[in-house]
Amino acid sequence: MYDGKKAVKIALEKKRWETKMAGKAKQRSTGRLPRFSTVSDMEIAALYTPADSVVIDYGRDLSFPGEYPFTRGVQPSMYRGRLWTMRQFAGFGSAEDTNARFKFLLRQGQTGLSTAFHFPTLMGYDSDSPRSKGEVGKCGVAIDSLKDMEILFDGIPLDKVTTSMTINGPAAMIFAMYLAVAEKQGASFEKLGGTIQNDILKEYIAQHAWIFPPEPSMRIITDILGFCADRVPKWNTISISGYHIREAGSTAVQELAFTIADGIAYVQAGMDAGIPVDKFAPRLSYFFNAHMDFFEEVAKYRAARRMWARIMKERFKARDENSWKLRFHTQTAGCTLTAQQPINNVVRVALQALSAVLGGTQSLHTNSMDETLALPTEQAATVALRTQQIIADESGAANSIDPLGGSFLVERLTDEMEEKAMEYIAKIDDMGGMVAAIKRGYPQREIADAAFHYQRLVDAGDKRIVGVNSYKMTEDLRIPILKIDEDVEKNQVARTREVRRKRNAKRVKARLEALREGSLSNVNLMPLLLDAAREYATLGEICDVLRETMGTYTDPAKF
Amino acid sequence: MASALARSRETTKERKPGRKVRILIGKPGLDGHDRGAKIIARALRDAGFEIIYTGLHQTPEMIVSAAAQEDVDGIGLSILSGAHNYLLPRIVEMLREKKMGNVVVFGGGIIPDEDIPKLKRKGVDRMFTPGTPLQEIVEYVRERVKPRK
Ligand code: B12
Repeated sequence: MYDGKKAVKIALEKKRWETKMAGKAKQRSTGRLPRFSTVSDMEIAALYTPADSVVIDYGRDLSFPGEYPFTRGVQPSMYRGRLWTMRQFAGFGSAEDTNARFKFLLRQGQTGLSTAFHFPTLMGYDSDSPRSKGEVGKCGVAIDSLKDMEILFDGIPLDKVTTSMTINGPAAMIFAMYLAVAEKQGASFEKLGGTIQNDILKEYIAQHAWIFPPEPSMRIITDILGFCADRVPKWNTISISGYHIREAGSTAVQELAFTIADGIAYVQAGMDAGIPVDKFAPRLSYFFNAHMDFFEEVAKYRAARRMWARIMKERFKARDENSWKLRFHTQTAGCTLTAQQPINNVVRVALQALSAVLGGTQSLHTNSMDETLALPTEQAATVALRTQQIIADESGAANSIDPLGGSFLVERLTDEMEEKAMEYIAKIDDMGGMVAAIKRGYPQREIADAAFHYQRLVDAGDKRIVGVNSYKMTEDLRIPILKIDEDVEKNQVARTREVRRKRNAKRVKARLEALREGSLSNVNLMPLLLDAAREYATLGEICDVLRETMGTYTDPAKF
Repeated sequence: MASALARSRETTKERKPGRKVRILIGKPGLDGHDRGAKIIARALRDAGFEIIYTGLHQTPEMIVSAAAQEDVDGIGLSILSGAHNYLLPRIVEMLREKKMGNVVVFGGGIIPDEDIPKLKRKGVDRMFTPGTPLQEIVEYVRERVKPRK
């Protein structure tokens, strides 16, 4: 960005300034903190100058929005063309409860849907399984069969509203149910837009809602990639997620590195399954965390775009520009929110959301102030949505593209992020790729170490959290919390039993048998899952068939 | 789902006089949140306790049978899924059925304030909620959990 001679001069001048400041600082004892570091504990200098970003070549490293390597954004017009999608993660109780919340959020100006499933669905059990006792509807919406899915999307036109679904172990089964609802609505598959998370690798690493072991899981994923390339071309097939990795306690660099390493594994798997890279790569999307350290986060998003573009073009030789573009969803960091003085969370979320917008996100979920207490109340979710709307319409943040580009600090951090993340990726490549690294427990251990290190910093007061280890109050202001009615479980169990009674038992049996056979050969499982969903086979029944043929995964329980 | 118990070090089942207090850290139900459980397990291990971690996705039966097999003095349960009102009392009940009612059951996670007294009445000794310093938890365990006779 700056020519060599000028940079050397600036570097010398900076040295002079540093010596002068060091002298002054000594007179006034030392600095405010013994050490200045990001929330990920990455060292931060007092000042950055053009000399710190001298390696930047504008055309090669930054370029223009919508142009390779997309550091400044994936679309040429970014938010001047269209704002990011405001997509609040929602789901609780029954399908009726969640349908009502969806419609409420849409009325409040939300522009896309995002579904949270309850634990039994996430793990592939029906609500009447003994494993589901006490859990039904508690952490998301209860979906056992197509019947529930029909109610969930009742009155919501699936060819107009895009829906994201946080589902991984049973992603293919829930997607099949969604497709079956679309059919019933008369919406053609070609028109459907939306996302299934379907990122099993980060389940083993961080989120832990898995069913099958890695290999059969990867096969199901490549079946989805192939099926969608042919039949649901606008669907985002995998949302490669750093969010959960970060929430499990990773640093920003680890989030970036492990997530892109997961992306590499999916691309490799798709190509190994014989699908041409440009047929599926444009429909891969990403999902990042917006944590508390503002500049570190902005740098992370920018670095992610540049890394992915380079990897797709150079490593995988993708030709279609759309394969190079890293599009991403962002969610603000739940783990930064506090039970103490919960209204302060509104401020944290606003800062985090702003970092995502300045970092060029394509869609955004903002957490609610009651995050540490329960699933969000309608009122808390509304404030969270309004936070995005205020950023969009009042702050001016969406007027100019990549407004922090060119900041000496942000460019330097972007470079550092890329460099450090690429070191991790090289290490994972050496281990034989992400599946092998996971089996060794490598990313899991790195994250657990980082989480523990951070907790120690907080407990020692080296990282401050307002209301938790500083500015404490004895009497916190209480806010109302959402309660899930105990009747939800009873009613849901009754509904699922009724579904089983009313459907055509013979046809269900035949579909499940066809699925079993399919899973033992190498046919694409998606059409078989779709057939089973149409007949109201339940999620638990479908997953049981595959548990038998594919096996299950157990937590290695390392700490 | 089987369980792969992870120990802080090789343990023997014999009870030697003055042996370390042995604690099982458990994750009941379908909950996959383990950031807190792992942090607590490490902090207690560093404080000198012998720690056995069940790993995720344990039924009450699995937890109670691991507690019996490992002959523990206390069970620390981490639960963020909202299923605590069913799962925790069930575990206490099963311990009593196994004549292990003197194992101290405690824990933490996302527990609405109003549920805590109810859990106490059903035999859960103490629940910690978000933002609790590790030191406070270590001190509680040191104070409250002693080798069982
Ligand atoms: C991190 C997180 C995640 C991560 C988990 C990563 C991981 N591997 O742990 C990710 C992003 C994957 C995740 C996913 C989900 N999450 Co979550 N998550 C959180 C979050 C933001 C923080 C939890 C955390 O780790 N905090 C840091 C640790 C150190 O704190 P802690 O566990 O609370 O532990 C402290 C105390 O509670 C106590 N403690 C805890 N355990 C124990 C045990 C013992 C023995 C003792 C003594 C003390 C103790 O001491 C600790 C130190 O102070 C909370 C909200 C919040 N801010 O608390 C939501 C939250 C728990 N999640 C929630 C939900 C709904 C989910 C999902 C089900 C969403 C969905 N439908 O898809 C999924 C389920 C995933 C799964 N398989 O479990 C809800 C639960 C709602 C409820 N109970 O009513 C919460 C409350 C958010 C919300 N308001 O919606 N989540």
